[in-house]
Amino acid sequence: MADYKQYKQQVLSGETTVVRTVQDFLAKAIQQKHLNAFIELWGEESLMRAAQIDLQIAEGKGGKLAGMVIALKDNICYKGHSVTNSSKILKGFESLYSSTVVERIIAEGAVIIGRCNCDEFAMGASNETSAYGPVLNARDNTRVPGGSSGGCTVAVQAGMCHAALGSDTGGSIRQPAAFCGQVGFKPSYGRVSRWGLLSYGSSFDQIGPITSNIYDCALLMEVISGTDGKDATASSNKVEDYTDLQASNKPLRFAYLDTCLNNKGLDEELRTQSFAIFEQLKALGHTVETVEFPYLDYLVPAYYVLTTAEASSNLSRYQGLTYGYRTEEKGDLDSLFKKSRSEGFGREVKRRIMLGTFVLTSDFYDAYYTKAQKVRRLIQESTEKILESYDFIITPTTPSTAFKFGEKTKDPVAMYLADIFTVQANLSGHPAISIPAGVHSNGMPWGIQLMGKQFGEKKLFSFSEELSKIVSP
Amino acid sequence: MEESIYDKYEPVIGLEVHSQLLTNSKAFCSDPIEYGALPNTQVGVISLGHPGTLPFHNKAAVDLSIKMGLACNCHIREVNHYARKNYFYADLPKGYQITQDKTPICFDGFIDITTKDGVTKRIGIERIHMEEDSGKSMHDQDVFDSLIDYNRAGTPLMEIVTHPDFRTGEEAYAYISLIRQMVRYLDISDGNMEEGSLRCDANISVRIKGVEKFGTKVEVKNMNSMRNVQRAIDFEIKRQIDLIEAGETIISDTRTFDAQKNLTISMRSKEAANDYRYFPEPDLPPLMVGRDWVARIKEQMPELPAQLAARLIEEYNITAYDAQVITELKETAYYFLEICKHTNNYKSAANWLMGAVKNYMNQQAVELKDFPLKAAQLAEIIKLIDDGKLSNSAASQVLFPAFCNKPESNAAALAQELNLIQESDEGSIKPMVEAVLAAWPDKIMEYKAGKKNLMGLFVGEVMKRSQGKADPKLTNKLLMELLDN
Repeated sequence: MADYKQYKQQVLSGETTVVRTVQDFLAKAIQQKHLNAFIELWGEESLMRAAQIDLQIAEGKGGKLAGMVIALKDNICYKGHSVTNSSKILKGFESLYSSTVVERIIAEGAVIIGRCNCDEFAMGASNETSAYGPVLNARDNTRVPGGSSGGCTVAVQAGMCHAALGSDTGGSIRQPAAFCGQVGFKPSYGRVSRWGLLSYGSSFDQIGPITSNIYDCALLMEVISGTDGKDATASSNKVEDYTDLQASNKPLRFAYLDTCLNNKGLDEELRTQSFAIFEQLKALGHTVETVEFPYLDYLVPAYYVLTTAEASSNLSRYQGLTYGYRTEEKGDLDSLFKKSRSEGFGREVKRRIMLGTFVLTSDFYDAYYTKAQKVRRLIQESTEKILESYDFIITPTTPSTAFKFGEKTKDPVAMYLADIFTVQANLSGHPAISIPAGVHSNGMPWGIQLMGKQFGEKKLFSFSEELSKIVSP
Repeated sequence: MEESIYDKYEPVIGLEVHSQLLTNSKAFCSDPIEYGALPNTQVGVISLGHPGTLPFHNKAAVDLSIKMGLACNCHIREVNHYARKNYFYADLPKGYQITQDKTPICFDGFIDITTKDGVTKRIGIERIHMEEDSGKSMHDQDVFDSLIDYNRAGTPLMEIVTHPDFRTGEEAYAYISLIRQMVRYLDISDGNMEEGSLRCDANISVRIKGVEKFGTKVEVKNMNSMRNVQRAIDFEIKRQIDLIEAGETIISDTRTFDAQKNLTISMRSKEAANDYRYFPEPDLPPLMVGRDWVARIKEQMPELPAQLAARLIEEYNITAYDAQVITELKETAYYFLEICKHTNNYKSAANWLMGAVKNYMNQQAVELKDFPLKAAQLAEIIKLIDDGKLSNSAASQVLFPAFCNKPESNAAALAQELNLIQESDEGSIKPMVEAVLAAWPDKIMEYKAGKKNLMGLFVGEVMKRSQGKADPKLTNKLLMELLDN
């Protein structure tokens, strides 16, 4: 698909209009309804909006995203629109306000086309936990699209929108991007305001773009990044000119983690292809070296202890009292809470709430929560140290390509390990991108992940552009 | 008298006082606070815990907590972490309360209390931390349903925790009185216990005197007046001693005070208590309270009641008792200082304030802020008396009530109008004095023979003739001169 720059050119030259583009996207979405990417299309509204934007562009007043058609993950609030996090517990809930990211993209002329399916409360790596049923990978309908931002990614993959905004707590943008051959970006923690994002693991969550190319990703990041009085964890660091994608032409230094590339869980072909990319980089004058990172086995456990702890508390607000699903059974207050929550939440969400509740109980707090916090600090320090001497950490985004439906649902730990290469960036807070790296012999795309320095988004995008030219000729 | 069994024991009491903080908006969002507003009108998406909302700091609530900390001689913490206290209740929209757990903003302080018999005692302040309040559940407003008002949800609170330094209910009473006085002086809260702006929980145990180990602790809640705090503690001490004496064991539980029956009732055992699963609040980065911030608050600190009382004794030469009464309420103390700007008769200012003004407020059931006369006007009355133009009784009984009804007037004009100005001119009083003496020759003889209390009769007669306007002091002086010659 053409990137936004070319598309904008086509609109300006009269080759197409925003209205026609939205019509095309809507048609494709309806045609491919079986993929289950969208929970709701805001067709009429987006067409009216498109007409407005066409006028604005004609008057030369279009914003930075004028006419860009964007899908939202079903956990990002948009005033007057439903937001359910693909959960029964929020069935029928409409947000009374808009998230900061939605306000920012609207201010720049984006058209929001609908909300996308995801794993329930963003908890999952295959989009199989959604109350609305799974999303299918457009490349092979027997395979998962990845998760939790599966709907968003398939919407971009199957040409139903230009871009989507998802959220990434442990890989929920990058992993489906890798499984579907798209670009997915997890910003530095605090780069993008979380105001209006339904919290899962507050100290991990970031909203980020899923796009078909690097430029669109950088452009969206330019718009949605920046400080926000409504989110105390949003950084006041300056937002740089991310769309300036000019290559530095300087030799760069890449680190790869031996424990990662030689992990027994890593698909043999992905290993070989990763090393082939490393060789190409070396041939271009870059340095690619292995570094020690002894914590790989601790990443996923630490991640699950901490995110479930935060989730158990974040999800306490879904009580069936003032909004959302309420049990029909009459009873006292306690049974109202218990029944509404038991009936409203799905299995995986309940599993994580219970796990998180357990690790926070006073008897086990030190053994689990405190320990995991210490591990997180070690991971942060160690990652930071590697990035002091290297520009990027490079790994495959996932240990395998998209797996088949049902393959991992019986074994939650196997499912959790699908995040093994992505959770590091969420634990440490560093920015990370997944870019399409080619196609496996099984016909499925895979992705290569680059992790950059804290708030090093600009450099990450400009090199990603260069790398994408190398890996996908 | 035989030693009572109760004297064998030493009660050990610690108090936790919650105080609302008088800010314009809530602790972690900009929803307004207006007490007495209609239910569920002071709530936005953050107060209601809507999906995707996040808290942010209200610096005003932090200012007030620092103020209280400084007033309690506490250290002020530089790096302030927030924590979540997790539990489910209908009036807690998020399912957790944002509070401070391991890093209270103020710690290791003390205040000195004085009990009724004048004994001073130092009470250690363990910590003061900031948190948000819950909404209010009402179970008695509707026959079938419980109602919830979320207006209070998210309003800022501070919790002041003492060391277990109290030994009697009376000490606890003195402490709460002082805390209430302090929060009022510092404009932190209206300190109203009946309305819940100030709430107190007590941790109570007893042990045999001389034993170091604490007894089993019981927590008492819902004591919604200062007097009830004292009564509940006194009851609980006796209950625990009686239990021990009867060979029973104390159960560590949470109890509520029934003021009607004057006893405590068990609400739940500590074992059945919630595990609050405290953990660091990930939505709020640590709040840094630098030295500049503390210094700025220090500069804004008004004089505290004890300091002010000491100054009144020192600078205005009033008695310790008067100083204590006057400083009990900040408004009274400030009014006194204001009167003293217009008069040098500080003693008289104090008397007027504690006498006529106080009576007026009691009778009219008004507070000082609604008292009609300005401090300067009260000083006018004092001046008329001091100048001998007005008798004390005419001032307090006639002029003062008239002035209160007509505060737009001034004291001298009104006294004139009411015909209260005393004859203080020797020339006009002397003839009356002479006339009185001429009329009572036999009494003069008696007086001279030693019946000195006849002086009252002479003064009274002069007053009669002058229709009450003769300056009594001057009359006295003239009478003496004539009689002693």
